[in-house]
Amino acid sequence: MRRAEIVTAVLMAAFSIYLMWKSAELPVGWIPDEGPGGGAFSFWLSAMMLVCCVWIAINWVRRASPPSRSDAPFMDSFARNKFVLVGGGVTAMIGLVHFVGMYGAIPAFLVYYLRFLGRHSWLTTLAIALGAPVVTFFFFDVALRIVLPKGYLEPLFYPLYDIFL
Amino acid sequence: MEILQHLSDGFLIALQPLNLGVVILGVVVGLFIGAMPGLGSVNGVAILLPMTFLVPPTAAIMFLAAIYYGAMYGGAISSIMLGIPGASTAVATTFDGRPLAIKGQADKALTAAALASFFGGTLSIMLFTGFAPALATIALDFGDPEIFALMLLAFATFIGLSGDDIPKTIFSICIGLVFSAVGLDIMSGEPRLIFFDIIGFMHGINFLVLAIGIYGIGEMLWTIEITRGESSMSKAVITVERILVNLKELLKTWKTGVMSSVLGFFVGILPAAGATPGSLMAYGVAKMTSRNPEDFGKGEIAGVVAPEAANNAASTGSMLPMLTLGIPGSPTTAILLGGMVIWGLVPGPRLFIDETEFVWGLIASLYAANFFAVVINILFIPLFLWMLKMPFTVLAPIIFVLSLVGGYAPTQDMHDVWLMLMFGVGGYLMRKLDYPLAPAVLAIVLGPIAEPALRQSLLIANGDASVFVTRPIAGPITIVALVLLVLPLLKLIRDRVWKRKLL
Repeated sequence: MRRAEIVTAVLMAAFSIYLMWKSAELPVGWIPDEGPGGGAFSFWLSAMMLVCCVWIAINWVRRASPPSRSDAPFMDSFARNKFVLVGGGVTAMIGLVHFVGMYGAIPAFLVYYLRFLGRHSWLTTLAIALGAPVVTFFFFDVALRIVLPKGYLEPLFYPLYDIFL
Repeated sequence: MEILQHLSDGFLIALQPLNLGVVILGVVVGLFIGAMPGLGSVNGVAILLPMTFLVPPTAAIMFLAAIYYGAMYGGAISSIMLGIPGASTAVATTFDGRPLAIKGQADKALTAAALASFFGGTLSIMLFTGFAPALATIALDFGDPEIFALMLLAFATFIGLSGDDIPKTIFSICIGLVFSAVGLDIMSGEPRLIFFDIIGFMHGINFLVLAIGIYGIGEMLWTIEITRGESSMSKAVITVERILVNLKELLKTWKTGVMSSVLGFFVGILPAAGATPGSLMAYGVAKMTSRNPEDFGKGEIAGVVAPEAANNAASTGSMLPMLTLGIPGSPTTAILLGGMVIWGLVPGPRLFIDETEFVWGLIASLYAANFFAVVINILFIPLFLWMLKMPFTVLAPIIFVLSLVGGYAPTQDMHDVWLMLMFGVGGYLMRKLDYPLAPAVLAIVLGPIAEPALRQSLLIANGDASVFVTRPIAGPITIVALVLLVLPLLKLIRDRVWKRKLL
């Protein structure tokens, strides 16, 4: 925990500096008759972020904040395991959307999660994994007219478009 | 009298079949969301907001407000039955609700929670009905300096009263505001903060992307990590006869109910305070003023009444500044506010003049939401208990899927979905290090209002920042904000002095 605290503070400080530099692409000073420049707001806020990071680092040195006193690991094996399996699963689902669309990615993710992480029966798994895309289709594509990405599966939906859209 | 006229007009709108339907649906969804550990009103409202594009804006806001209410009722169910607060707003309900359930009096605690919620909710809406038009009238005179001063106050409340790590709170506020600045600069029209020239940043960072990332994905990752063990559920025996017996005992706690409702309402009004501190404070006050404070924590019925009346009252209270001033009183109302902006409703005093029907329809729908929440809550207690048995490994993937489609729907850009994932994972990791995340969500909603207000004010005053102190209304607000900012410092000094005395 203690190491994670300072690593995060340093990373965020670097991010703050990047934001300051990025904000400075627009004028950050006072423009006569126009008021503060377009980058001023984000520039000074990023500067405040940087000050906060330094403050957090000082608290770290003084061991003034709970995480800087804690010897517990930032993530124990259980947390790391879950984080990789669940976070990885969600990342894979979003990645899959680009190839097989929402209607390929969602069932795949649900089968992975329910069957392999949740150890539910195949019946429960398939009921949810197949029910979810149907509900989603009628809610978004049909009722809201928000066409969700279909990826390479698009041709499969042409008959459905003809009926419902 | 004029208020009563408006209110009856409002009821005509709220009782239209569609509006009534969404209120009832919202209450049911809210009860469920509140009851599930790991989901609170803010998660529900953030994840379900994109789903409300289906209905007209008025119905959509009524639906979301009903979820807010329902969640306040629902939170008590898991606090009592599982001993795990269903939402952070129901933490104080576990103190006495859980001991009652262990003693075999779960039904008493559940009825008390539902009726206290109803009492707190209704009393606070009456206060709301009285205060809101008056406050809106005053706020009509507000110019840019006043609006910015109010924003300052909202952020200062977080820093001064939340009790979180101060540099981390300020960091969270600033990063939220910076994210809100991404996109086109409204005043010069120039693109700014387009990271790595990725075109997706041109349309800015939608507040929903941050809110769903943090409250959908981040929250699930967090809950999966902390709920490792299995929880055990108490048994509840519910009969009409027992409810009537419980009612008699409950009536004796009316004083606690009134006190907690009023306290909750006013704490809720404070920008950024919300229902969680409101319910904890009400519990504390109830214990302090009780004749037998030693019974608190062992299953005292007043210990259930106080936080439950207060959290409902606070949720109404937090809507007061949102509707009249355009400053949300809690993270949930911050998301509601963002939603209103999406629908083209500009929150603030003009709302009471330009959108009279909407405002009074919403207020009337709050009365209706409360009524239905208490009825549905008590009638369907067995159903909610059954739903609580739903394993988290079913709920979590469904929330992830909802987050995915909800993150995509508003802008229909996969760029936003990836950003949402980054915010979710980043938020989860930073939360482990005690970075508060609610300030960032509030900030990204308020940023687009705060920045022009600041720039216009400075322009009017020719760059003289004293404009925020010298104007008759902005001045006091700014000073209160500054006092709140130095409050933690004063506390620190006091603690040091005390320590020295002890040595």
